[in-house]
Amino acid sequence: MRTSDLLEETLSAVTANKTRSGLTMLGIVIGIASVIALVAIGAGAQNSIAANIQALGANLLTISPGAQRTFGSTVSSGQGSAQSLTAGDADAIAKNISGIKYVSPETSGRYQIVAKGNNTNTSVLGVKPVYLPVHNLSVESGSFFADSQVTNYAKVAVIGPTVRDDLFGENAENVVGQTITIKGVPFTVIGITLTKGGTGFNNPDNNIYIPLTTAQRYFIGNENLGTISVQAENAEVMTQVQTDATALLMQRHKIAEGGTADFRILNQSDIVSTASSVTGVLTQLLAAVAGISLVVGGIGIMNMMLTTVTERTREIGLRKAIGARSKNINAQFLAEAVLLTFFGGAIGVFLGWLISFIVSYFNIVAASVSLNSILLAFSVSAGVGIIFGYYPARKAARMSPIEALRYE
Amino acid sequence: MIECSSITKSYTTGGEETQVLKGVSFSIKSGEFVAIMGPSGSGKSTLMHILGALDTPTSGSYILDGKDVSKLNDDELADIRKEKIGFVFQAFNLLPRATVLRNVALPLVYAEMPKPEREKKAKTALLHAGLDESRFYHLSNQLSGGQMQRVAIARALVNDPAIILADEPTGNLDTKTGEIVLKTFQELNSQGRTIILITHEHDVASHAKRIIHIKDGNILSDETNHHQIILN
Repeated sequence: MRTSDLLEETLSAVTANKTRSGLTMLGIVIGIASVIALVAIGAGAQNSIAANIQALGANLLTISPGAQRTFGSTVSSGQGSAQSLTAGDADAIAKNISGIKYVSPETSGRYQIVAKGNNTNTSVLGVKPVYLPVHNLSVESGSFFADSQVTNYAKVAVIGPTVRDDLFGENAENVVGQTITIKGVPFTVIGITLTKGGTGFNNPDNNIYIPLTTAQRYFIGNENLGTISVQAENAEVMTQVQTDATALLMQRHKIAEGGTADFRILNQSDIVSTASSVTGVLTQLLAAVAGISLVVGGIGIMNMMLTTVTERTREIGLRKAIGARSKNINAQFLAEAVLLTFFGGAIGVFLGWLISFIVSYFNIVAASVSLNSILLAFSVSAGVGIIFGYYPARKAARMSPIEALRYE
Repeated sequence: MIECSSITKSYTTGGEETQVLKGVSFSIKSGEFVAIMGPSGSGKSTLMHILGALDTPTSGSYILDGKDVSKLNDDELADIRKEKIGFVFQAFNLLPRATVLRNVALPLVYAEMPKPEREKKAKTALLHAGLDESRFYHLSNQLSGGQMQRVAIARALVNDPAIILADEPTGNLDTKTGEIVLKTFQELNSQGRTIILITHEHDVASHAKRIIHIKDGNILSDETNHHQIILN
């Protein structure tokens, strides 16, 4: 039997009972569409989480003070309470460790801010200009302060757009040059940062940036640092930089090997990979649930094919009588099952893509349909057709022509 | 053309063996019109299955067109049916929802003939079977019984078989239509076709030139139908 004839026979058999073929196909359509859509949404969620973390600065190591511990006591205060990090530590890291792009020493605190009778309470970060490239931050209007202003304890502030809205009104203009008071100390606003969008509890749009030295003199009262952000040159050297920085700080803080460090280093790639693996597992779980519906669809195909074979027993008998071999009959019924799943798969891929598109369009999650998931869905649906079409087709092929012709 | 010698066929049902054919021997020459006649249970259907290469005998030999068919496997039997045999059934067995032309061309699909050639042959066969050209593209379930049987006859003719086997071809038709169908067989025979007609009705068998009577698995009589010879 020629392939073109096989296709024609198959197509006419499938279209002969459109309602039934359509309903049977629906199982596969739903199965494939849900696999495609759920995997795409999962991948989208994974990307957006990774992007959010990366937005805080790429290849970042965050060094923060550890717990305060009194000598001779086992009582610990909370993490970050120790006053262990100094500007000297930051300089030593920058000087002695290779593979580092920037080192940004930072302090932070929450204070009451007043401007023109409005007031708010938000994070005030004492930083150096290097903070900008490290944390992917840029200035929308005005300018950031320079290193010389850090050296001179200048009382200048760069504010986030949310802070501007709170103090001066929505999208207020001519804010640069105005004065705000932080905890009673007057500062001149010299710049406003570009909106980054909320990234959770540490929203950069709601921060005020002032020179590090100014913060230490007026608000902290000592030379200690809240955090040191270290940006590695690339993702590959991060682990090495982390090891080296740990060793260096242990040595500088005179902590014997094996002792409890009075600081801790957070590796951003660890956070990204942890977050990715969590969403990855969720995606797999969703895909597995969708996969079950695909199997149910496959059983629907088998059910319909068995009915078809019984219904068309006399036709099978006739085909055998006019010279069809068993393999011709087998091929014909298998092709019907595969055609159903193939069309079902194609519609399912389109529907899945449509769902992903709608989800992305309404900004729920930026779902991304991968070519891999489409190929996988297609081969799975063809596979389902072969697996669930095999038994009915074999049943048809094995019929005795005499019995089949006699079937009432 | 056909050489049957000592054909037996037994079935085992419920551990009990029943012999349906008990050593049947006869031969049919090319161009004959033979009726195989007998009451139900006589073994005529079993004989039809063997002659039609749908089944093989338990013992004995069946030589069709110079080829021993009695020892072939299923695929080889399918090939014999494809090349040498045309069937006409009592229930017509047309594909519903398929056009007349597609029904007739169906045996050629399994012979892997290209479509244009198939349709040309199918049209010729339909004209031979006496179906009007205006019905070629009708769906087969829109036809009357007589028209359906003509389509079935055309389908049996289309692969230019060595023999045409008709199993109770008038069983589902009224007397008048049945008569027309039988006339068609006679015309085909006069063009040189070998036709074997299986029936339990004497009136139907009387259209053939030779009648083989079967009863209880044996040939009761095998005689020339002088009436038809004289008519011709």
